Amino acid sequence: MPAMHVRLGAFSAALVLAAALSTTASAQKRYDTGASDTEIKIGNIMPYSGPASAYGVIGKTEEAYFRKINAEGGINGRKINFVSYDDAYSPPKTVEQARKLVESDEVLLIFQSLGTPPNSAIQKYMNSKKVPQLFVATGATKWDDPKNFPWTMGWQPNYQTEARIYAKYILKEKPNAKIAILYQNDDYGKDYVKGLKDGLGAKAESMIVVEESYEVAQPTIDSSIVKLKSTDADVFFNVTTPKFAAQSIKKMHEIGWKPMHFLNNVSVSIGSVMKPAGFEASQGIISSNYYKDPTDPQWKDDPAMKAWNAFLDKYYPEANRTDSAVMYGYIVAQGLEHVLKACGDDVTRANVMKQAASIKDFEPAGLLPGIKANTSPTDFAPLSQVQLMRFKGESWELFGDVLSGDVSG
Amino acid sequence: MSAAEEVVAEGHEAVEAVPKRAMTLGTGTSLVVLAALLIVPVFVKNFIIFQMTMLLIYGLAVLALNILTGGSGQFSLGQSAFYAVGAYTSAVLMEYFNFNYALTIPISAAVCFAFGYLFGKPALRLSGVYLALATFALATAMPQLLKLNFLEHWTGGVQGLVVTKPDAPFGLPMSQDMWLYYFTLAVTVAIYIFSVNLLRSRSGRAFMAIRDNEIAASSMGVNVSLYKTLAFGVSAGITGVAGSLGAIAVQFVAPDSYTITLAISLFLGMVVGGVGWLPGSFVGAAFIIFVPNMAESISKGLSGAVFGVLLFLVIYLVPHGARQVAILGQQFVGKLRKN
Repeated sequence: MPAMHVRLGAFSAALVLAAALSTTASAQKRYDTGASDTEIKIGNIMPYSGPASAYGVIGKTEEAYFRKINAEGGINGRKINFVSYDDAYSPPKTVEQARKLVESDEVLLIFQSLGTPPNSAIQKYMNSKKVPQLFVATGATKWDDPKNFPWTMGWQPNYQTEARIYAKYILKEKPNAKIAILYQNDDYGKDYVKGLKDGLGAKAESMIVVEESYEVAQPTIDSSIVKLKSTDADVFFNVTTPKFAAQSIKKMHEIGWKPMHFLNNVSVSIGSVMKPAGFEASQGIISSNYYKDPTDPQWKDDPAMKAWNAFLDKYYPEANRTDSAVMYGYIVAQGLEHVLKACGDDVTRANVMKQAASIKDFEPAGLLPGIKANTSPTDFAPLSQVQLMRFKGESWELFGDVLSGDVSG
Repeated sequence: MSAAEEVVAEGHEAVEAVPKRAMTLGTGTSLVVLAALLIVPVFVKNFIIFQMTMLLIYGLAVLALNILTGGSGQFSLGQSAFYAVGAYTSAVLMEYFNFNYALTIPISAAVCFAFGYLFGKPALRLSGVYLALATFALATAMPQLLKLNFLEHWTGGVQGLVVTKPDAPFGLPMSQDMWLYYFTLAVTVAIYIFSVNLLRSRSGRAFMAIRDNEIAASSMGVNVSLYKTLAFGVSAGITGVAGSLGAIAVQFVAPDSYTITLAISLFLGMVVGGVGWLPGSFVGAAFIIFVPNMAESISKGLSGAVFGVLLFLVIYLVPHGARQVAILGQQFVGKLRKN
């Protein structure tokens, strides 16, 4: 049957062609599950509901940023397919969603899963599956552990790093300080206290006169502030989340307690802490930051801030622009863009980790001037620099040099 | 009893009488379901097996609540606390004392039974909504208790504990997920048979007598306080087993895993599955696992609202949950046979 022969001939020709194509393709391009010529599939887990749902904004910002990348042609011609699930900040749900992303949706990597307990729950799984758990959204120190967890990497300066920087400053400016500490009774609060103690070294014992903790479910911390004042401490280390930070600043002003006041970076938002607490009461507070606070008037005409506003206008118009989480998501999404660009046509999980571990002086728009992301095969903490700042008038005034407090260094 | 008390007591009959035969499935149906549960994992991905394992585990926890509420008529919003105790017992024994995972399960059951029994003692004075409130307090307190300083050495505080997943024994050619599924299935079947027999036994009849009318039960010679606390203990013990299995399957325990949301989910599962109908527990478990995922896929921002609407529809259309659907199905099949 001639027709059959023709068909067979065409078929074998197609086969030869396909084989030829695939060999040339494999010579240049390498892919793992979740990546192809046209698409890179990225997984993400966020608390869109539940007690930490305020952070869900980060996921929405990232999703908007990847829409922007896709509209501009993708990364090396590949579109980002961003699959984001809700875990309600519940670790068993995080495990379910992570397994769904890896085994059912078949993503290349999981990016920015949020929170210390949820990430702890999936760390072992991700590392045994050899799927990158990239730039996790938590400030705990444990993510920088490439020896035991080569597939997990942090992102932001961790809490201990920041606290060590305050400790250095205290030792230099007030070597005989009497320090009072107020902290939230969870991993975040304890990490800060540990960092401060490590930073003060042998003097910690004699310098810290009182440590007070509060539960996140408490309605107010006024009584703690009164108690701390009664110890006559002249340095106050304030490890509180925004609501409590505003309360403490207000109460201190009311009862006239004026120590040297260190406020953790978690609560530096002018819009949600300083303004509600009152600018007068906030004068002189010392803190640190690594990115530009969108509510700080000094950045109004900054090019990065203008780019951020233009991005939000076009891709995420309903965003609350006083929420620093929107800036956070914008910066970290640029981090992923940078890594995927560096991967070139070798979009494999191993290469993603290799590129993520060789970031050199990368400056995504939105970071403070002089702060750069850096990693190496032994340093899985991309951002580890901050700059001290003091509250003056209605905004933060940066002072001193950019400081590094790498736990390893 | 004063007139006012009688009015209050009437309100307590929220749990309606379910005849004991109606609490289970027929033998034929049970065997078909069991066969399906045995065969399906061979054909599906590991992720689906994991979800099926979680379904069995939550099903056990709902079953435990069903024995308490559907069987003895007591409410509990504190099941998450027993679940947490079971999970932590297993996790601590496995990680600090190198216990075999299978051995930790009877220990969890015993610990939780004791815990539930002791909690049931003072709770005897309470009934209906007051009991629900007392157990609610237990559920809210549990995550905080796990963070206490003197326990932190064992519980790992907020950071939680990572649990090692067991491999299949005797070199069986099975993935960890599949082995754990069959292990969970075996435990579930054992507990299910135990529960069915318990409710059909003398103790089960005592539970139901108390549920239907406490005064009548006591005048018939049922030791009301003993059986009420016993129901609490058994329920807590089974919940503890579910907690242990959950900790092993998820490979992680942390206070954030066992909040009041879990207790409410379990309660929801029981109502959706049909109060007092034991097989319904697993239908209810499927509801609390899969429906939130469905709601999320419909709308991310409004997943809570969509879930609410779906729940409302279920309660409105089939107020007796899966049991009602099963009865309707049975009647339908019966009609077909007649024709």
